[in-house]
Amino acid sequence: MNHASEHTDGRSRRFVFRVFRHTAGADAAPRFDTFDLDVLPGTTVLAALFMIQQQQDASLAFRFSCRGAVCGSCGMTINGRCGLACRTQLWSLPTSEIVLEPLPNLDVIRDLVVDMSPFWEKYRRIRPWLHGRIGDACADSAAQTREQVQSPRQFRRIEQYINCILCACCYGACPALRRQPNYLGPAALAKLQRFVGDNRDHRPAGQVAEVDNADGVWGCDTVFRCIEACPKDVRPTDGIAALRWRLVLYRMRQLVTRPRPLPAPKASQLPQLETMEAPAGKVAHEAP
Amino acid sequence: MIEHDLLIVGGGLAGLRAAVETCASLDVGLISRVHPLRSHSLAAQGGINASLGNHPEGRDDSAERHTFDTVKGSDYLADQDAVRLMCENAPRILFEMERWGTPFSRFADGRIAQRPFGGGGFPRTCYAADRTGHVLLHTLYEQAVRQDLRVYDEWVVLRLVVRDKRVHGVIALNVLSGRLEAFAARAVLFATGGYGRVYARSTNALINTGSGIALAYRAGAGIKDLEFVQFHPTGLSETGILITEGARGEGGYLLNRDGERFMGRYAPKAMELAPRDIVARSMTTEILEGRGFRDSYLHLDLRHLGAKKIRERLPGIREITMDFAGVDPIDEPIPVAPAQHYSMGGIDVDKTGATEIEGFYAAGECACVSVHGANRLGGNSLLEAIVFGEVAGRGAGAYAKDGALADGGGAAMRDALAAEDDRLRRLVTGDGPRPYPFRERLSRIMTEKVGIFREASALKAAQDEIRQIRHDAADMRVSLASRKCNQELLDAIDLFAMIDLAEMIAAGALRRTESRGSHFRRDFPKRDDARWLHHTVAHPNGDGPALTDKAVMIDNYEPRERTY
Repeated sequence: MNHASEHTDGRSRRFVFRVFRHTAGADAAPRFDTFDLDVLPGTTVLAALFMIQQQQDASLAFRFSCRGAVCGSCGMTINGRCGLACRTQLWSLPTSEIVLEPLPNLDVIRDLVVDMSPFWEKYRRIRPWLHGRIGDACADSAAQTREQVQSPRQFRRIEQYINCILCACCYGACPALRRQPNYLGPAALAKLQRFVGDNRDHRPAGQVAEVDNADGVWGCDTVFRCIEACPKDVRPTDGIAALRWRLVLYRMRQLVTRPRPLPAPKASQLPQLETMEAPAGKVAHEAP
Repeated sequence: MIEHDLLIVGGGLAGLRAAVETCASLDVGLISRVHPLRSHSLAAQGGINASLGNHPEGRDDSAERHTFDTVKGSDYLADQDAVRLMCENAPRILFEMERWGTPFSRFADGRIAQRPFGGGGFPRTCYAADRTGHVLLHTLYEQAVRQDLRVYDEWVVLRLVVRDKRVHGVIALNVLSGRLEAFAARAVLFATGGYGRVYARSTNALINTGSGIALAYRAGAGIKDLEFVQFHPTGLSETGILITEGARGEGGYLLNRDGERFMGRYAPKAMELAPRDIVARSMTTEILEGRGFRDSYLHLDLRHLGAKKIRERLPGIREITMDFAGVDPIDEPIPVAPAQHYSMGGIDVDKTGATEIEGFYAAGECACVSVHGANRLGGNSLLEAIVFGEVAGRGAGAYAKDGALADGGGAAMRDALAAEDDRLRRLVTGDGPRPYPFRERLSRIMTEKVGIFREASALKAAQDEIRQIRHDAADMRVSLASRKCNQELLDAIDLFAMIDLAEMIAAGALRRTESRGSHFRRDFPKRDDARWLHHTVAHPNGDGPALTDKAVMIDNYEPRERTY
């Protein structure tokens, strides 16, 4: 069935979409459905998904919001690569057959909609807020009358991490996560470096050391899949490498200043999710 | 039934700021139809105004000058005490956001950078490259995480429950699970954003259907000044995706087909940095008079800024134009045309964010204080969202602290839940027309007949067509019965909201027989202060909105002719 043919004016081209279909908890096994569409140049994967939903199959589920590659809602796997559906032009793809699947490393709720809660949970775990010099950064009166200074050079150290839109494309592309689901993943670690690298952040070094383990910075395989996947040109691996250096220096400093050297930590001995005072269940993006 | 002291609906800047203000001392729940970090606030690019005086040419800037520019920009329809409140709080709000970690762009001395924006007498727009909304939203969400805010994301509110002019809570649907739930609260604060999708070409996210304003309207809150719709001069020509005013603030030119900087004929002093209403009308005139490209767009030329400045100050714009128009602004001009962008009007609130319904507050784009009057200046919306998010949060928080749950709340909530359950069941039972074509019809009518240029005959025709859509849509049905992940069901629900909004916008535009700010009547091209220096307030009245006047608060600045 093809309702898009009315747009055909010689410039349009037919694409065949093979779309992953599954509903969590349903008895039916996952399957791929096929949809044909004739579309004009300039059509994005997201626009095609709307056409399919509105003209061919209303039950197709996917997330969206801004349609301009800034909100991070529509991360999915497009012909085997993680990316944003709204940013991907169909005509830029090398084939006319487009395979659409949900982001890997996250459980499917329905079709292309995945359960993002582990992703957000790991984001929360790195305590993603600027740790001011004093308890509440805004309590002192100076905060009311002037800004803290940050030189353009200091800003450039964190700039790339600021561009992260938390779309989880890197999280889906990460092979380490496939093997090791407890790994924090590229986005959360890049976010940590965004704060640690900020001259205004004063979190205690010991807090950063919470990621000094196989679930943290040492979980990364340094195969740069996250960099390939990022639609915003963030290089999470740079952040992970910077954190590793910082932690190595921190351990060395501890060796010098402490009477007894610390044994190298094992992942299992370090504080886990529950004990790291993560606000479990809060910001709790209620399970559906 | 879920209970909270305070329920905030909307997880953009205003909602999150209200939450951060209140959630340490109250039991606060925040409901959002998307994860808060997907809210439309993040699409704001160019900046946020505050008279910091960091720019060498802005040393003499002050909150009072910011107030005056905003009042003048509003075509004198803004309430001047509210504008002053916003502008006086702007520096404090900026410093607070900075302390919370917002990575603003900096001058060489390390202080927050500022750039010129349209309608501003001084360069006072603070920014983070061209991702200002993004960094502000992330900062406020980070503070919400820090404070353990309870968030219900991917829930759509279907009804604001009000009995005897007192708020009781909301009824909401979980988008993913299909669960329908009653949320009771002592106070409810709406920060639900704008309605850009009522128009065919909009810079807004696809989720911006204005449903919050419509829910407040149906519950009996006054809706103010909806006829004032801002069209942003530079939407990307095909998609309407926003190209920031910062691009002109950094020195970009608008050119017509003859390569002429045509703004010289409309605003000889301010040129491209005249306020948005003036630039958008000038551009539309150029296109209508045949000086556009393919009768549909003009050029925004950044090439003379050079590759370095474009890469440094406008990296997001470059990404957008390359991704969505295949144009690199370093080498080619950007094809742009005006697109719906912002709603000056909204839920009628006072300076504390309170509405005429007890316990019901609103802030941000869905609300109308009014600080923007008939036309908003660029860089003032992020500011308004944060300042009045804080103010309304405080107001709603104080109300929630004092008040008990409303008497008989349980019954009101149960009735409302049953009514919504019924409505959903009717929408999925039997056969009828599908929602999507109605939406297309409605948004086309609004763009053609209730757009940048208006006149009585077209507005009346629009009203007839909107009425027809309402009539036809009464039998609307969605194809699937399940409430889980049912986008068509949400489209149907949103359509009713959009029809309400379209009616109010058209009715206000027809009634206001003058031209002021964004509202331009070809048949009444002059501002008429004697008759129309007041707000419009809409209430539901059986067959459509009943409109009344409401006084404008004027203190220091008597209306003058507005030239740039």
